[in-house]
Amino acid sequence: MSNLTTAAYLISSVLFILSLRGLSHPSTARRGNFLGILGMTIAIVTTLANPGVLSYKEIGIAFLIGGLIGTSIAVRIQMTALPQLVAAFHSLVGLAAVFVAASAYYNPSAFNIGNVGAIPMGSLIEMSIGTAIGAVTFTGSIIAFGKLQGFVSGNPLVFKGQHFLNLLLGLGIIALIVKFCIDQNQELFWLIVAASFVIGVLLIVPIGGADMPVIVSMLNSYSGWAAAGIGFTLSNNLLIITGALVGSSGAILSYIMCKGMNRSFLNVLLGGFGGEQAASADGVKDDRQAKQGNAADAAFMMKNSKTIIIVPGYGMAVAQAQHALREMGDLLKGAGAEVRYAIHPVAGRMPGHMNVLLAEANVPYDEVLELDEINRDFSETDVAFVIGANDVTNPAAKTDKTSAIYGMPILDVENAGQVFFVKRGMASGYAGVQNELFFRDNTLMLFGDAKKVCEDIIKGLEN
Amino acid sequence: MSEISNQLENLSYKAQQIANEASQLASSVVDTSGGHSDFIIFGITVLVLACFVGYYVVWSVTPALHSPLMGVTNAISSVIIVGALLAAGPIDSTISKYFGLVAVGLAAVNIFGGFVVTNRMLSMFKKK
Repeated sequence: MSNLTTAAYLISSVLFILSLRGLSHPSTARRGNFLGILGMTIAIVTTLANPGVLSYKEIGIAFLIGGLIGTSIAVRIQMTALPQLVAAFHSLVGLAAVFVAASAYYNPSAFNIGNVGAIPMGSLIEMSIGTAIGAVTFTGSIIAFGKLQGFVSGNPLVFKGQHFLNLLLGLGIIALIVKFCIDQNQELFWLIVAASFVIGVLLIVPIGGADMPVIVSMLNSYSGWAAAGIGFTLSNNLLIITGALVGSSGAILSYIMCKGMNRSFLNVLLGGFGGEQAASADGVKDDRQAKQGNAADAAFMMKNSKTIIIVPGYGMAVAQAQHALREMGDLLKGAGAEVRYAIHPVAGRMPGHMNVLLAEANVPYDEVLELDEINRDFSETDVAFVIGANDVTNPAAKTDKTSAIYGMPILDVENAGQVFFVKRGMASGYAGVQNELFFRDNTLMLFGDAKKVCEDIIKGLEN
Repeated sequence: MSEISNQLENLSYKAQQIANEASQLASSVVDTSGGHSDFIIFGITVLVLACFVGYYVVWSVTPALHSPLMGVTNAISSVIIVGALLAAGPIDSTISKYFGLVAVGLAAVNIFGGFVVTNRMLSMFKKK
Protein backbone atom coordinates (compact mmCIF):
# COMPACT_ATOMS: atom_id res chain seq x y z
CA MET A 1 0.00 0.00 0.00
CA SER A 2 1.52 3.32 -0.98
CA ASN A 3 2.08 6.04 1.57
CA LEU A 4 -0.45 8.27 -0.13
CA THR A 5 -3.14 5.59 0.13
CA THR A 6 -2.31 4.97 3.77
CA ALA A 7 -2.55 8.69 4.49
CA ALA A 8 -5.91 8.96 2.73
CA TYR A 9 -7.28 6.01 4.72
CA LEU A 10 -6.03 7.63 7.91
CA ILE A 11 -7.89 10.84 7.03
CA SER A 12 -11.07 8.80 6.50
CA SER A 13 -10.64 7.14 9.89
CA VAL A 14 -10.23 10.50 11.60
CA LEU A 15 -13.30 11.86 9.79
CA PHE A 16 -15.35 8.88 11.00
CA ILE A 17 -14.25 9.51 14.58
CA LEU A 18 -15.17 13.20 14.25
CA SER A 19 -18.49 12.23 12.73
CA LEU A 20 -19.43 10.25 15.86
CA ARG A 21 -18.04 13.03 18.01
CA GLY A 22 -20.42 15.48 16.30
CA LEU A 23 -23.37 13.56 17.75
CA SER A 24 -22.55 14.83 21.24
CA HIS A 25 -25.00 17.67 20.66
CA PRO A 26 -27.94 18.18 18.26
CA SER A 27 -26.42 21.48 17.06
CA THR A 28 -23.25 19.80 15.74
CA ALA A 29 -24.83 16.52 14.67
CA ARG A 30 -25.57 17.38 11.06
CA ARG A 31 -22.01 18.50 10.51
CA GLY A 32 -20.96 15.17 12.02
CA ASN A 33 -23.05 13.29 9.50
CA PHE A 34 -21.48 15.33 6.72
CA LEU A 35 -17.97 14.46 7.95
CA GLY A 36 -18.98 10.81 7.84
CA ILE A 37 -20.06 11.16 4.21
CA LEU A 38 -16.78 12.92 3.41
CA GLY A 39 -14.77 10.14 5.08
CA MET A 40 -16.63 7.49 3.13
CA THR A 41 -16.11 9.36 -0.15
CA ILE A 42 -12.36 9.60 0.47
CA ALA A 43 -12.21 5.89 1.32
CA ILE A 44 -14.05 4.90 -1.86
CA VAL A 45 -12.11 7.21 -4.20
CA THR A 46 -8.78 6.10 -2.71
CA THR A 47 -9.68 2.46 -3.24
CA LEU A 48 -10.81 3.10 -6.81
CA ALA A 49 -7.39 4.62 -7.51
CA ASN A 50 -5.75 1.32 -6.53
CA PRO A 51 -3.96 -0.13 -9.61
CA GLY A 52 -5.72 -3.48 -9.07
CA VAL A 53 -9.15 -1.88 -9.54
CA LEU A 54 -9.92 -1.78 -13.26
CA SER A 55 -13.54 -2.75 -13.87
CA TYR A 56 -14.98 0.71 -13.32
CA LYS A 57 -18.06 0.12 -15.44
CA GLU A 58 -19.35 -2.91 -13.53
CA ILE A 59 -18.45 -1.37 -10.20
CA GLY A 60 -20.25 1.83 -11.18
CA ILE A 61 -23.39 -0.10 -12.08
CA ALA A 62 -23.38 -2.13 -8.84
CA PHE A 63 -22.76 1.01 -6.80
CA LEU A 64 -25.49 2.96 -8.57
CA ILE A 65 -28.09 0.20 -8.15
CA GLY A 66 -27.26 -0.16 -4.47
CA GLY A 67 -27.21 3.58 -3.95
CA LEU A 68 -30.59 4.06 -5.61
CA ILE A 69 -32.19 1.29 -3.57
CA GLY A 70 -30.69 2.60 -0.33
CA THR A 71 -31.69 6.19 -0.98
CA SER A 72 -35.24 5.43 -2.03
CA ILE A 73 -35.80 3.27 1.06
CA ALA A 74 -34.28 5.87 3.38
CA VAL A 75 -36.34 8.71 1.93
CA ARG A 76 -39.64 6.85 2.18
CA ILE A 77 -39.32 5.01 5.49
CA GLN A 78 -41.67 6.10 8.28
CA MET A 79 -39.89 7.13 11.45
CA THR A 80 -41.89 4.60 13.49
CA ALA A 81 -40.32 1.87 11.33
CA LEU A 82 -36.73 2.97 12.02
CA PRO A 83 -35.80 -0.02 14.21
CA GLN A 84 -36.63 -2.57 11.52
CA LEU A 85 -34.89 -0.46 8.88
CA VAL A 86 -31.71 -0.39 10.93
CA ALA A 87 -31.96 -4.14 11.52
CA ALA A 88 -32.37 -4.72 7.78
CA PHE A 89 -29.36 -2.54 7.00
CA HIS A 90 -27.23 -4.45 9.52
CA SER A 91 -28.05 -7.67 7.73
CA LEU A 92 -26.62 -6.21 4.51
CA VAL A 93 -23.30 -5.35 6.16
CA GLY A 94 -23.10 -8.92 7.43
CA LEU A 95 -23.84 -10.37 4.01
CA ALA A 96 -21.36 -8.03 2.33
CA ALA A 97 -18.69 -9.26 4.76
CA VAL A 98 -19.44 -12.86 3.77
CA PHE A 99 -19.15 -12.01 0.08
CA VAL A 100 -15.88 -10.12 0.52
CA ALA A 101 -14.41 -13.02 2.49
CA ALA A 102 -15.59 -15.52 -0.13
CA SER A 103 -14.05 -13.39 -2.83
CA ALA A 104 -10.76 -13.24 -0.94
CA TYR A 105 -10.84 -17.02 -0.61
CA TYR A 106 -11.33 -17.60 -4.35
CA ASN A 107 -8.90 -14.90 -5.50
CA PRO A 108 -6.43 -14.21 -2.70
CA SER A 109 -3.94 -12.49 -4.98
CA ALA A 110 -6.31 -9.49 -5.36
CA PHE A 111 -5.80 -8.93 -1.62
CA ASN A 112 -2.08 -9.76 -1.55
CA ILE A 113 -2.61 -12.79 0.64
CA GLY A 114 -0.93 -15.51 -1.40
CA ASN A 115 -2.49 -17.81 -3.97
CA VAL A 116 -5.43 -20.20 -4.20
CA GLY A 117 -4.78 -23.15 -1.92
CA ALA A 118 -1.71 -21.45 -0.44
CA ILE A 119 -3.18 -18.71 1.71
CA PRO A 120 -1.13 -17.99 4.84
CA MET A 121 -2.55 -19.36 8.09
CA GLY A 122 -3.05 -15.92 9.65
CA SER A 123 -5.18 -14.73 6.74
CA LEU A 124 -7.26 -17.92 6.84
CA ILE A 125 -8.04 -17.42 10.52
CA GLU A 126 -9.03 -13.78 9.98
CA MET A 127 -11.05 -14.64 6.90
CA SER A 128 -13.01 -17.42 8.56
CA ILE A 129 -13.73 -15.42 11.72
CA GLY A 130 -14.85 -12.42 9.63
CA THR A 131 -17.09 -14.73 7.60
CA ALA A 132 -18.63 -16.32 10.68
CA ILE A 133 -19.41 -12.97 12.34
CA GLY A 134 -20.77 -11.60 9.06
CA ALA A 135 -23.02 -14.61 8.55
CA VAL A 136 -24.37 -14.48 12.13
CA THR A 137 -25.05 -10.76 11.69
CA PHE A 138 -26.89 -11.45 8.44
CA THR A 139 -29.43 -14.03 9.62
CA GLY A 140 -29.66 -12.59 13.15
CA SER A 141 -30.59 -9.19 11.74
CA ILE A 142 -33.13 -10.73 9.39
CA ILE A 143 -34.91 -12.40 12.32
CA ALA A 144 -34.73 -9.16 14.33
CA PHE A 145 -36.18 -7.35 11.31
CA GLY A 146 -38.96 -9.93 11.04
CA LYS A 147 -39.84 -9.58 14.72
CA LEU A 148 -39.92 -5.79 14.56
CA GLN A 149 -41.87 -5.74 11.31
CA GLY A 150 -44.28 -8.41 12.52
CA PHE A 151 -43.37 -11.08 9.92
CA VAL A 152 -42.13 -13.28 12.75
CA SER A 153 -43.99 -13.44 16.06
CA GLY A 154 -42.52 -11.06 18.63
CA ASN A 155 -43.00 -13.73 21.30
CA PRO A 156 -39.90 -15.57 22.36
CA LEU A 157 -39.59 -18.97 20.72
CA VAL A 158 -38.15 -21.30 23.31
CA PHE A 159 -37.66 -25.04 23.02
CA LYS A 160 -35.94 -27.68 25.06
CA GLY A 161 -32.20 -28.04 24.63
CA GLN A 162 -31.98 -24.72 22.80
CA HIS A 163 -28.90 -23.47 24.59
CA PHE A 164 -27.26 -26.85 24.30
CA LEU A 165 -27.89 -26.83 20.56
CA ASN A 166 -26.39 -23.34 20.28
CA LEU A 167 -23.36 -24.47 22.25
CA LEU A 168 -22.90 -27.49 19.99
CA LEU A 169 -23.20 -25.33 16.89
CA GLY A 170 -20.76 -22.80 18.30
CA LEU A 171 -18.19 -25.51 19.03
CA GLY A 172 -18.90 -26.99 15.60
CA ILE A 173 -18.09 -23.66 13.94
CA ILE A 174 -14.81 -23.42 15.86
CA ALA A 175 -13.90 -26.95 14.78
CA LEU A 176 -14.78 -26.11 11.17
CA ILE A 177 -12.62 -22.99 11.31
CA VAL A 178 -9.67 -24.98 12.63
CA LYS A 179 -10.07 -27.61 9.93
CA PHE A 180 -10.52 -24.93 7.26
CA CYS A 181 -7.30 -23.22 8.31
CA ILE A 182 -5.45 -26.49 7.82
CA ASP A 183 -7.13 -27.85 4.67
CA GLN A 184 -8.21 -24.61 2.90
CA ASN A 185 -11.07 -26.67 1.52
CA GLN A 186 -13.91 -24.77 -0.18
CA GLU A 187 -16.65 -27.07 1.18
CA LEU A 188 -15.42 -26.20 4.67
CA PHE A 189 -15.65 -22.50 3.89
CA TRP A 190 -19.31 -22.80 2.89
CA LEU A 191 -20.03 -25.08 5.86
CA ILE A 192 -18.76 -22.32 8.16
CA VAL A 193 -21.11 -19.89 6.39
CA ALA A 194 -24.07 -22.27 6.64
CA ALA A 195 -23.52 -23.12 10.31
CA SER A 196 -23.15 -19.43 11.14
CA PHE A 197 -26.40 -18.66 9.30
CA VAL A 198 -28.18 -21.25 11.44
CA ILE A 199 -26.74 -20.03 14.72
CA GLY A 200 -27.68 -16.44 13.80
CA VAL A 201 -31.32 -17.52 13.56
CA LEU A 202 -31.21 -19.62 16.72
CA LEU A 203 -29.64 -16.82 18.75
CA ILE A 204 -32.41 -14.32 18.02
CA VAL A 205 -35.63 -16.41 17.94
CA PRO A 206 -35.84 -16.84 21.75
CA ILE A 207 -35.70 -13.10 22.34
CA GLY A 208 -38.94 -11.17 22.89
CA GLY A 209 -40.03 -8.11 20.93
CA ALA A 210 -39.39 -5.53 23.64
CA ASP A 211 -35.83 -6.76 24.16
CA MET A 212 -35.12 -5.78 20.57
CA PRO A 213 -33.37 -2.50 21.51
CA VAL A 214 -30.62 -4.60 23.05
CA ILE A 215 -30.54 -6.95 20.09
CA VAL A 216 -30.50 -4.22 17.45
CA SER A 217 -27.59 -2.59 19.30
CA MET A 218 -25.83 -5.92 19.61
CA LEU A 219 -26.16 -6.61 15.88
CA ASN A 220 -24.88 -3.08 15.25
CA SER A 221 -21.84 -4.09 17.25
CA TYR A 222 -21.45 -7.37 15.33
CA SER A 223 -21.53 -5.60 11.98
CA GLY A 224 -18.59 -3.52 13.22
CA TRP A 225 -16.61 -6.57 14.31
CA ALA A 226 -17.29 -8.19 10.93
CA ALA A 227 -15.81 -5.12 9.21
CA ALA A 228 -12.80 -5.21 11.53
CA GLY A 229 -12.31 -8.91 10.74
CA ILE A 230 -12.22 -8.17 7.02
CA GLY A 231 -9.82 -5.31 7.84
CA PHE A 232 -7.34 -7.87 9.17
CA THR A 233 -7.64 -9.93 6.00
CA LEU A 234 -6.90 -6.84 3.91
CA SER A 235 -4.23 -5.53 6.31
CA ASN A 236 -6.23 -2.32 6.24
CA ASN A 237 -6.26 -0.03 9.28
CA LEU A 238 -9.25 1.98 8.10
CA LEU A 239 -11.49 -1.08 8.29
CA ILE A 240 -10.07 -2.07 11.66
CA ILE A 241 -10.53 1.41 13.16
CA THR A 242 -14.03 1.84 11.76
CA GLY A 243 -14.98 -1.68 12.80
CA ALA A 244 -13.77 -1.00 16.33
CA LEU A 245 -15.71 2.29 16.48
CA VAL A 246 -18.93 0.65 15.35
CA GLY A 247 -18.29 -2.41 17.48
CA SER A 248 -17.77 -0.44 20.66
CA SER A 249 -20.67 1.88 19.86
CA GLY A 250 -23.06 -1.04 19.55
CA ALA A 251 -21.67 -2.66 22.68
CA ILE A 252 -22.12 0.53 24.72
CA LEU A 253 -25.69 0.97 23.47
CA SER A 254 -26.49 -2.64 24.43
CA TYR A 255 -25.02 -1.98 27.86
CA ILE A 256 -27.11 1.19 28.32
CA MET A 257 -30.26 -0.69 27.27
CA CYS A 258 -29.53 -3.58 29.64
CA LYS A 259 -28.95 -1.17 32.48
CA GLY A 260 -32.23 0.54 31.62
CA MET A 261 -33.96 -2.78 32.29
CA ASN A 262 -31.69 -3.87 35.13
CA ARG A 263 -30.95 -7.10 33.32
CA SER A 264 -27.65 -8.63 32.43
CA PHE A 265 -26.67 -8.93 28.82
CA LEU A 266 -26.52 -12.70 29.22
CA ASN A 267 -30.05 -12.73 30.63
CA VAL A 268 -31.31 -10.92 27.50
CA LEU A 269 -29.34 -13.21 25.20
CA LEU A 270 -30.61 -16.39 26.81
CA GLY A 271 -34.05 -15.09 25.92
CA GLY A 272 -37.46 -16.35 26.88
CA PHE A 273 -38.31 -13.07 28.60
CA GLY A 274 -41.65 -11.36 27.98
CA GLY A 275 -44.43 -12.09 25.55
CA GLU A 276 -47.41 -14.28 26.31
CA GLN A 277 -45.57 -16.82 28.38
CA ALA A 278 -44.47 -14.35 31.00
CA ALA A 279 -47.90 -12.79 31.05
CA SER A 280 -49.63 -16.06 31.73
CA ALA A 281 -47.01 -17.08 34.25
CA ASP A 282 -48.01 -14.09 36.34
CA GLY A 283 -51.48 -15.58 36.40
CA VAL A 284 -52.89 -14.05 39.57
CA LYS A 285 -56.17 -12.32 38.87
CA ASP A 286 -56.51 -8.81 40.17
CA ASP A 287 -59.96 -7.90 41.45
CA ARG A 288 -59.20 -4.28 42.16
CA GLN A 289 -60.94 -1.71 40.03
CA ALA A 290 -59.01 1.01 38.28
CA LYS A 291 -60.64 4.40 38.01
CA GLN A 292 -61.62 5.17 34.47
CA GLY A 293 -61.82 8.67 33.10
CA ASN A 294 -62.70 10.19 29.76
CA ALA A 295 -60.98 12.64 27.48
CA ALA A 296 -63.17 15.56 28.56
CA ASP A 297 -62.18 15.11 32.23
CA ALA A 298 -58.52 14.91 31.26
CA ALA A 299 -58.77 18.01 29.10
CA PHE A 300 -60.43 19.96 31.90
CA MET A 301 -57.90 18.93 34.54
CA MET A 302 -54.85 19.56 32.35
CA LYS A 303 -56.14 22.94 31.27
CA ASN A 304 -56.00 24.01 34.90
CA SER A 305 -52.51 22.66 35.63
CA LYS A 306 -49.27 24.58 35.72
CA THR A 307 -46.79 21.77 35.04
CA ILE A 308 -47.25 18.70 32.88
CA ILE A 309 -44.81 15.89 32.08
CA ILE A 310 -45.62 13.57 29.20
CA VAL A 311 -44.18 10.04 29.30
CA PRO A 312 -44.29 8.42 25.85
CA GLY A 313 -43.68 4.73 25.19
CA TYR A 314 -43.79 2.23 22.37
CA GLY A 315 -47.61 2.38 22.34
CA MET A 316 -47.37 5.96 21.11
CA ALA A 317 -45.20 4.83 18.19
CA VAL A 318 -47.57 1.98 17.30
CA ALA A 319 -50.56 4.34 17.26
CA GLN A 320 -48.55 7.03 15.37
CA ALA A 321 -49.80 9.42 18.04
CA GLN A 322 -46.77 11.73 18.15
CA HIS A 323 -48.29 14.49 16.00
CA ALA A 324 -51.59 14.56 17.89
CA LEU A 325 -49.63 14.49 21.14
CA ARG A 326 -47.54 17.49 20.14
CA GLU A 327 -50.69 19.37 19.14
CA MET A 328 -52.16 18.62 22.54
CA GLY A 329 -48.95 19.84 24.16
CA ASP A 330 -49.05 23.08 22.16
CA LEU A 331 -52.63 23.78 23.23
CA LEU A 332 -51.69 23.19 26.86
CA LYS A 333 -48.69 25.49 26.52
CA GLY A 334 -51.04 28.06 25.03
CA ALA A 335 -53.21 27.69 28.13
CA GLY A 336 -50.20 28.62 30.27
CA ALA A 337 -48.84 25.22 31.33
CA GLU A 338 -45.21 24.13 31.21
CA VAL A 339 -45.09 20.95 29.10
CA ARG A 340 -42.08 18.63 29.07
CA TYR A 341 -41.39 15.10 27.94
CA ALA A 342 -39.64 12.37 29.92
CA ILE A 343 -37.88 9.57 28.05
CA HIS A 344 -36.94 6.27 29.65
CA PRO A 345 -33.73 4.70 28.25
CA VAL A 346 -35.61 1.65 26.94
CA ALA A 347 -38.73 3.39 25.64
CA GLY A 348 -39.46 2.27 22.10
CA ARG A 349 -37.81 -0.43 20.05
CA MET A 350 -34.38 1.10 19.56
CA PRO A 351 -32.16 3.48 21.55
CA GLY A 352 -33.35 7.06 21.18
CA HIS A 353 -36.44 6.03 19.21
CA MET A 354 -38.84 8.28 21.16
CA ASN A 355 -36.57 11.31 20.72
CA VAL A 356 -36.69 10.90 16.94
CA LEU A 357 -40.47 10.48 16.89
CA LEU A 358 -40.99 13.58 19.02
CA ALA A 359 -38.53 15.52 16.87
CA GLU A 360 -40.48 14.38 13.83
CA ALA A 361 -43.61 15.86 15.39
CA ASN A 362 -41.72 19.16 15.82
CA VAL A 363 -41.27 18.93 19.57
CA PRO A 364 -38.17 21.06 20.35
CA TYR A 365 -35.38 18.87 21.69
CA ASP A 366 -34.82 21.03 24.77
CA GLU A 367 -38.29 20.06 26.03
CA VAL A 368 -37.40 16.36 25.84
CA LEU A 369 -35.49 15.15 28.89
CA GLU A 370 -33.81 11.94 29.97
CA LEU A 371 -34.73 9.98 33.07
CA ASP A 372 -31.90 11.37 35.24
CA GLU A 373 -32.64 14.93 34.22
CA ILE A 374 -36.33 14.97 35.00
CA ASN A 375 -37.08 12.26 37.54
CA ARG A 376 -36.87 14.55 40.57
CA ASP A 377 -39.35 16.98 39.06
CA PHE A 378 -42.35 14.64 39.16
CA SER A 379 -43.05 15.53 42.81
CA GLU A 380 -43.51 19.17 41.83
CA THR A 381 -45.61 18.34 38.79
CA ASP A 382 -49.36 18.66 38.57
CA VAL A 383 -50.00 16.09 35.85
CA ALA A 384 -48.05 13.11 34.52
CA PHE A 385 -49.48 11.98 31.17
CA VAL A 386 -48.34 8.45 30.39
CA ILE A 387 -49.00 7.45 26.80
CA GLY A 388 -48.13 3.98 25.57
CA ALA A 389 -45.67 3.26 28.38
CA ASN A 390 -46.24 0.86 31.26
CA ASP A 391 -43.43 -1.15 32.84
CA VAL A 392 -41.11 1.87 32.97
CA THR A 393 -43.49 3.60 35.41
CA ASN A 394 -44.20 0.64 37.67
CA PRO A 395 -43.27 1.45 41.29
CA ALA A 396 -43.05 -2.29 42.00
CA ALA A 397 -39.56 -2.08 40.48
CA LYS A 398 -38.52 -0.10 43.55
CA THR A 399 -40.37 -2.00 46.28
CA ASP A 400 -41.28 -5.55 45.27
CA LYS A 401 -38.23 -7.79 45.35
CA THR A 402 -40.16 -10.67 43.80
CA SER A 403 -41.16 -8.65 40.74
CA ALA A 404 -39.64 -9.52 37.36
CA ILE A 405 -38.68 -5.89 36.91
CA TYR A 406 -37.26 -5.32 40.41
CA GLY A 407 -34.31 -2.92 40.33
CA MET A 408 -35.13 -1.44 36.96
CA PRO A 409 -34.82 2.36 37.00
CA ILE A 410 -38.30 3.82 36.60
CA LEU A 411 -39.89 7.20 36.02
CA ASP A 412 -41.47 8.27 39.32
CA VAL A 413 -44.78 9.35 37.80
CA GLU A 414 -46.64 8.34 40.97
CA ASN A 415 -45.21 11.43 42.69
CA ALA A 416 -47.15 13.72 40.39
CA GLY A 417 -50.40 15.27 41.61
CA GLN A 418 -52.45 13.45 39.00
CA VAL A 419 -51.51 10.59 36.68
CA PHE A 420 -53.24 9.84 33.40
CA PHE A 421 -52.62 6.50 31.73
CA VAL A 422 -53.48 6.22 28.06
CA LYS A 423 -53.83 2.49 27.33
CA ARG A 424 -55.77 0.23 25.06
CA GLY A 425 -56.84 -2.04 27.91
CA MET A 426 -55.89 -3.35 31.32
CA ALA A 427 -53.39 -5.89 29.96
CA SER A 428 -50.08 -6.03 31.76
CA GLY A 429 -46.93 -4.72 30.14
CA TYR A 430 -44.19 -6.60 28.35
CA ALA A 431 -42.66 -7.95 31.54
CA GLY A 432 -46.01 -9.54 32.38
CA VAL A 433 -46.23 -7.62 35.64
CA GLN A 434 -49.37 -5.83 36.82
CA ASN A 435 -48.80 -2.12 37.34
CA GLU A 436 -50.16 -1.16 40.76
CA LEU A 437 -50.19 2.48 39.71
CA PHE A 438 -53.44 1.76 37.87
CA PHE A 439 -55.20 1.32 41.20
CA ARG A 440 -53.93 4.39 42.99
CA ASP A 441 -56.25 7.23 44.00
CA ASN A 442 -54.45 9.80 41.90
CA THR A 443 -54.52 7.70 38.73
CA LEU A 444 -57.12 7.95 36.01
CA MET A 445 -57.15 5.47 33.12
CA LEU A 446 -57.95 6.76 29.64
CA PHE A 447 -58.77 3.68 27.58
CA GLY A 448 -58.48 3.76 23.83
CA ASP A 449 -56.10 4.15 20.93
CA ALA A 450 -53.37 6.63 21.86
CA LYS A 451 -53.94 8.83 18.82
CA LYS A 452 -57.72 8.84 19.26
CA VAL A 453 -57.43 9.77 22.94
CA CYS A 454 -55.10 12.67 22.12
CA GLU A 455 -57.48 13.94 19.45
CA ASP A 456 -60.40 13.74 21.88
CA ILE A 457 -58.45 15.71 24.47
CA ILE A 458 -57.60 18.30 21.81
CA LYS A 459 -61.32 18.68 21.10
CA GLY A 460 -61.95 19.06 24.82
CA LEU A 461 -59.23 21.71 25.09
CA GLU A 462 -60.56 23.67 22.14
CA ASN A 463 -64.06 23.90 23.62
CA MET B 1 47.60 -14.78 -15.42
CA SER B 2 45.32 -12.22 -16.97
CA GLU B 3 42.90 -15.06 -17.79
CA ILE B 4 42.73 -16.13 -14.16
CA SER B 5 42.17 -12.60 -13.00
CA ASN B 6 39.43 -12.25 -15.62
CA GLN B 7 37.76 -15.43 -14.40
CA LEU B 8 38.05 -14.22 -10.82
CA GLU B 9 36.40 -11.00 -11.78
CA ASN B 10 33.64 -12.92 -13.52
CA LEU B 11 33.15 -15.13 -10.50
CA SER B 12 33.01 -12.28 -8.09
CA TYR B 13 30.49 -10.56 -10.39
CA LYS B 14 28.33 -13.70 -10.41
CA ALA B 15 28.62 -14.01 -6.65
CA GLN B 16 27.45 -10.46 -6.36
CA GLN B 17 24.45 -11.23 -8.58
CA ILE B 18 23.53 -14.29 -6.55
CA ALA B 19 23.81 -12.31 -3.34
CA ASN B 20 21.56 -9.62 -4.80
CA GLU B 21 18.96 -12.18 -5.85
CA ALA B 22 19.10 -13.83 -2.47
CA SER B 23 18.54 -10.58 -0.67
CA GLN B 24 15.65 -9.74 -3.01
CA LEU B 25 14.07 -13.12 -2.39
CA ALA B 26 14.53 -12.72 1.33
CA SER B 27 12.88 -9.33 1.30
CA SER B 28 9.94 -10.62 -0.73
CA VAL B 29 9.54 -13.50 1.72
CA VAL B 30 9.41 -10.95 4.52
CA ASP B 31 6.80 -9.03 2.54
CA THR B 32 4.47 -11.97 2.07
CA SER B 33 4.79 -14.07 5.20
CA GLY B 34 6.74 -12.27 7.87
CA GLY B 35 5.25 -8.96 6.80
CA HIS B 36 1.76 -10.23 7.34
CA SER B 37 2.32 -11.77 10.74
CA ASP B 38 3.79 -8.43 11.71
CA PHE B 39 0.56 -6.83 10.57
CA ILE B 40 -1.52 -9.01 12.91
CA ILE B 41 0.28 -7.58 15.93
CA PHE B 42 0.14 -4.09 14.45
CA GLY B 43 -3.54 -4.55 13.55
CA ILE B 44 -4.44 -5.73 17.04
CA THR B 45 -2.68 -2.66 18.44
CA VAL B 46 -4.76 -0.44 16.18
CA LEU B 47 -7.93 -2.36 17.06
CA VAL B 48 -7.42 -2.01 20.81
CA LEU B 49 -6.58 1.69 20.60
CA ALA B 50 -9.56 2.32 18.32
CA CYS B 51 -11.83 0.56 20.82
CA PHE B 52 -10.69 3.05 23.45
CA VAL B 53 -11.33 5.97 21.11
CA GLY B 54 -14.75 4.50 20.34
CA TYR B 55 -15.51 4.05 24.03
CA TYR B 56 -14.88 7.68 24.90
CA VAL B 57 -16.46 9.12 21.77
CA VAL B 58 -19.63 7.06 22.09
CA TRP B 59 -20.15 7.86 25.78
CA SER B 60 -20.06 11.52 24.83
CA VAL B 61 -23.00 11.06 22.46
CA THR B 62 -26.16 12.51 23.97
CA PRO B 63 -28.83 9.83 24.62
CA ALA B 64 -31.32 11.86 22.58
CA LEU B 65 -29.22 11.10 19.49
CA HIS B 66 -28.79 7.37 20.01
CA SER B 67 -30.96 6.54 16.99
CA PRO B 68 -28.92 8.78 14.64
CA LEU B 69 -25.80 7.22 16.18
CA MET B 70 -27.03 3.83 15.01
CA GLY B 71 -27.73 5.29 11.60
CA VAL B 72 -24.22 6.71 11.25
CA THR B 73 -22.45 3.64 12.61
CA ASN B 74 -24.51 1.53 10.25
CA ALA B 75 -23.42 3.68 7.34
CA ILE B 76 -19.74 3.76 8.24
CA SER B 77 -19.56 0.03 8.94
CA SER B 78 -20.15 -0.24 5.19
CA VAL B 79 -16.55 0.91 4.80
CA ILE B 80 -16.24 -2.80 4.10
CA ILE B 81 -16.88 -1.57 0.55
CA VAL B 82 -13.09 -1.03 0.41
CA GLY B 83 -12.69 -4.81 0.41
CA ALA B 84 -15.58 -5.23 -1.99
CA LEU B 85 -14.01 -2.81 -4.51
CA LEU B 86 -10.67 -4.62 -4.42
CA ALA B 87 -12.51 -7.91 -4.95
CA ALA B 88 -14.55 -6.52 -7.85
CA GLY B 89 -11.53 -4.76 -9.36
CA PRO B 90 -9.95 -7.34 -11.71
CA ILE B 91 -10.91 -7.07 -15.36
CA ASP B 92 -11.40 -10.85 -15.92
CA SER B 93 -14.73 -12.55 -15.17
CA THR B 94 -14.26 -14.82 -12.19
CA ILE B 95 -16.60 -15.98 -9.43
CA SER B 96 -14.53 -13.94 -7.02
CA LYS B 97 -15.16 -10.78 -9.00
CA TYR B 98 -18.92 -11.33 -9.00
CA PHE B 99 -18.90 -11.87 -5.24
CA GLY B 100 -17.10 -8.55 -5.03
CA LEU B 101 -19.68 -6.81 -7.20
CA VAL B 102 -22.56 -8.13 -5.08
CA ALA B 103 -20.75 -6.89 -1.98
CA VAL B 104 -20.28 -3.46 -3.61
CA GLY B 105 -24.04 -3.29 -4.25
CA LEU B 106 -24.96 -4.37 -0.72
CA ALA B 107 -22.54 -1.93 0.87
CA ALA B 108 -23.80 0.87 -1.38
CA VAL B 109 -27.39 0.27 -0.17
CA ASN B 110 -26.11 0.74 3.35
CA ILE B 111 -23.92 3.74 2.73
CA PHE B 112 -26.64 5.72 0.98
CA GLY B 113 -29.47 4.40 3.14
CA GLY B 114 -27.58 4.97 6.38
CA PHE B 115 -26.42 8.50 5.67
CA VAL B 116 -29.71 9.62 4.12
CA VAL B 117 -31.87 8.30 6.95
CA THR B 118 -29.52 9.82 9.55
CA ASN B 119 -29.68 13.15 7.79
CA ARG B 120 -33.47 12.91 7.80
CA MET B 121 -33.51 12.21 11.53
CA LEU B 122 -31.07 14.98 12.38
CA SER B 123 -32.85 17.59 10.29
CA MET B 124 -35.91 17.11 12.51
CA PHE B 125 -34.14 17.98 15.76
CA LYS B 126 -34.92 21.64 16.38
CA LYS B 127 -34.47 24.01 19.27
CA LYS B 128 -37.33 25.91 20.84
